[in-house]
Amino acid sequence: MDLAGLYGYLIFFLSFAGIYAILALGLNVQWGYTGMLNVGIAAYFAVGAYASALLTTPASPNHLGGFGMPIAVGFLGAMVVAGLVGAAVGLITLRLRSDYLAIASIGMAEIIRLILKNEDWLTHGVRGVVGIPRPLDGIIPGYDALLMLGMIVALVMLCLLANQRSYRAPWGRVLRAIRDNETAARAMGKNSFLFRLQAFVFGCAVMGLAGAVYAHFVGFISPEAFDPVFATFIVWVMLIAGGSGNNYGAILGAVVIWGVWSGTEIVIGRLPDEIVTQAGAMRVLLIGLLLQIILIARPEGLLPGRPPKPIVKP
Amino acid sequence: MEIVQLFVYGVLLGSIIALGAVGVSLTFGILGFANFSHGDLMTFGAYIGFLIYTQLALPFWLALAAAIVATAIVAVAIDRVLYRRFRQRQSIVLLISSFGVALILRSLIQMIWGPDTRLYETGITIAERYWGIRIKDDQLLIIVLALLLVALLHGFLSYTKIGKAMRAVADNADLARLSGIDTERVIMWTWVIGGGLAAAAGVFLGMDTRLQPDMGWFLLLAIFAAAILGGIGKPYGAIAGGFVIGIVMELSTLVLPTEYAPVVPFAIMVGMLIVRPTGLFAGRST
Amino acid sequence: MTLLALENVCGGYGEADILHGLSMTVAPGEIVAVVGPNGAGKSTAMKAVFGLVQLRSGRIRFDDADITRLRSDQIVRLGICFVPQSDNVFPTLSVQENLEMGAFIRSDDIRPQLERVFELFPPLREKRRQSAGTLSGGQRQMVAMSRALMLEPKLMLLDEPTAGLSPKFMDQIFAIVRQINRLGVAILMVEQNAKQALAIADRGYVLAMGETRHAGTGAELLADRHVAEMFLGG
Repeated sequence: MDLAGLYGYLIFFLSFAGIYAILALGLNVQWGYTGMLNVGIAAYFAVGAYASALLTTPASPNHLGGFGMPIAVGFLGAMVVAGLVGAAVGLITLRLRSDYLAIASIGMAEIIRLILKNEDWLTHGVRGVVGIPRPLDGIIPGYDALLMLGMIVALVMLCLLANQRSYRAPWGRVLRAIRDNETAARAMGKNSFLFRLQAFVFGCAVMGLAGAVYAHFVGFISPEAFDPVFATFIVWVMLIAGGSGNNYGAILGAVVIWGVWSGTEIVIGRLPDEIVTQAGAMRVLLIGLLLQIILIARPEGLLPGRPPKPIVKP
Repeated sequence: MEIVQLFVYGVLLGSIIALGAVGVSLTFGILGFANFSHGDLMTFGAYIGFLIYTQLALPFWLALAAAIVATAIVAVAIDRVLYRRFRQRQSIVLLISSFGVALILRSLIQMIWGPDTRLYETGITIAERYWGIRIKDDQLLIIVLALLLVALLHGFLSYTKIGKAMRAVADNADLARLSGIDTERVIMWTWVIGGGLAAAAGVFLGMDTRLQPDMGWFLLLAIFAAAILGGIGKPYGAIAGGFVIGIVMELSTLVLPTEYAPVVPFAIMVGMLIVRPTGLFAGRST
Repeated sequence: MTLLALENVCGGYGEADILHGLSMTVAPGEIVAVVGPNGAGKSTAMKAVFGLVQLRSGRIRFDDADITRLRSDQIVRLGICFVPQSDNVFPTLSVQENLEMGAFIRSDDIRPQLERVFELFPPLREKRRQSAGTLSGGQRQMVAMSRALMLEPKLMLLDEPTAGLSPKFMDQIFAIVRQINRLGVAILMVEQNAKQALAIADRGYVLAMGETRHAGTGAELLADRHVAEMFLGG
């Protein structure tokens, strides 16, 4: 690969890593701060992507939309819609114990995926939404990709700041109190359910933002892009590898694991053709094994944060 | 008559879900975590059956037996290599690990047998009509075998020492330890039973529909729902729950489009968790 | 000859110690009652014997062997059985199955012991096929203690056996404790019901703040004015 190609690949790589970093930061609020195991990340990722896409694309007979809104509105809309869906899910499931919450959250994710796949009038089903506008294109000719990356990095920083601030704010302190000793926190009159719901919705909104960025980065989305492996499981591995409970860990984990994932693509791509057809499965296998190794050898991750305590008794 | 026909299909689907749910209920009750790889154990069993029956052209009985034994061994092996290390950790770690195991199993299956749909047998079997109900010989066989396996399970749980110990640990793990019950041995047998029944469920699912690498994963939500409905740690509850879920899923096609079938067990499960988390037949809620 | 001895035991469940230099003994075939106000560490002491509590210092000896570092499943095999205060039966198992599970580690014929248990508790024979969870509180206590008896222990640890029972059943339970003791089983009993416990005990310990305040025979402690003061209305 020549230098220009490498440069282009690096930008592409970092952009994707940035999108995943936002997802990981959203998960960190739910899992790292509050101990809520969200196995349905893909759903909020998807909802945010579709919301922004439908808000900003021109009218089309294939799907709902045609609002032609500016991209900023798309991003905002994505966060709002994802947050609302999160609120609905949270109201139903957040009183449950961690394991049940996990099962319920993956159920919700499946339902949302079903809706996205089957409600053609809304989303154009499996054929997806095309022509999603790219922000910042054409502002500085020749630097489209770099500007996009810059925007992504800025958004990552924004989310990082939001996370850090909320963690240190009184709100964050209550959350930590609830995480560490719920009965005591309740005794002080703190409505733990409400705080957990807020944290959950916050996390979902961030995931929705990641979805919007993804949609505008790639320009095309379909339900296939949001499957449990690439949109949920890999984010888990990223946060655990980077360090649960640590925002810098979330970002680091995203970059490292995305690096491993991309690396496997390159390595396996160089193997003989007969094996390449199974490349996808092989890469999933490797990521699955990597997770086990991390859980056994270094479960606290690269940058340990306060270990999350799952909900034992609601 | 349409309702009766759907009911019969529901019993068929229910048998498959029930066999899967028993394993999930027992592992949840005894090991304390929701095993997200259970569906893929089913898939593994189905493909071993495929290997023996379709690829090696050996008798069906041998294929079923091989699938059960192989999957039981794999389940125990996974526990020894992985889950055992996490015994002292939070159940969430086990859940996450099991999610990874699910992906490992699924990708291995896909790498060995390919992503395309497979069938145990090619060709179309004609459905017989018994008392006005359409049902294939294969489907009758599934129901009969499922009931047979349930009977064997009952025998094991009620008449063997280790079976009773399993029920004891599911009831009250702390007391079991205080009494000196060998929890590691109980755990091993939990995986043997859970894995073996999952394999049977997988084979039956493959017989009734087709084989695909994600066939078990697709049914996982329904299986969890059945286990929760029946009460975690209660194997008979899981069986009852399986049949209920299967029947309701089939009957729901009267009002719901078939693509949305997975919503039904999910709705039942969430309803259960909110209203009566211990399940219909008082199991463990935590 | 001492069957069980706690020597200067300190420990607890986490950061703070609950037991502060506790010492106690039980001789073979004795009934020893441990009484004291709430939070005195009575249950903790009992659980410490059974390996359920982290000990910082001190030793526990049983039959001349040091059992301080042993786990519960190892201690059970030495001849000590523990009957917890609550959640002490397998609710979905039948009475008979509960007893069989009590004898899990035995590989010999348990039918003679089953017979002995049913003689001790005739209602259990009647209800042997009934699930333990459906029994009354008093009968459940019978099952809980019988489960422990199946191993023919040398020492039985009872954690507040009359907790939550009506006075009629309390008398029954204390009578049962004496019957079990007549079989040759030593009993270490933590009780909230100090008077009745001390009445049937050979010896007793009064605990407060994780250490022994008073010790003596059951009769001595009952007559002691200081002890009576500690239990106004107890």
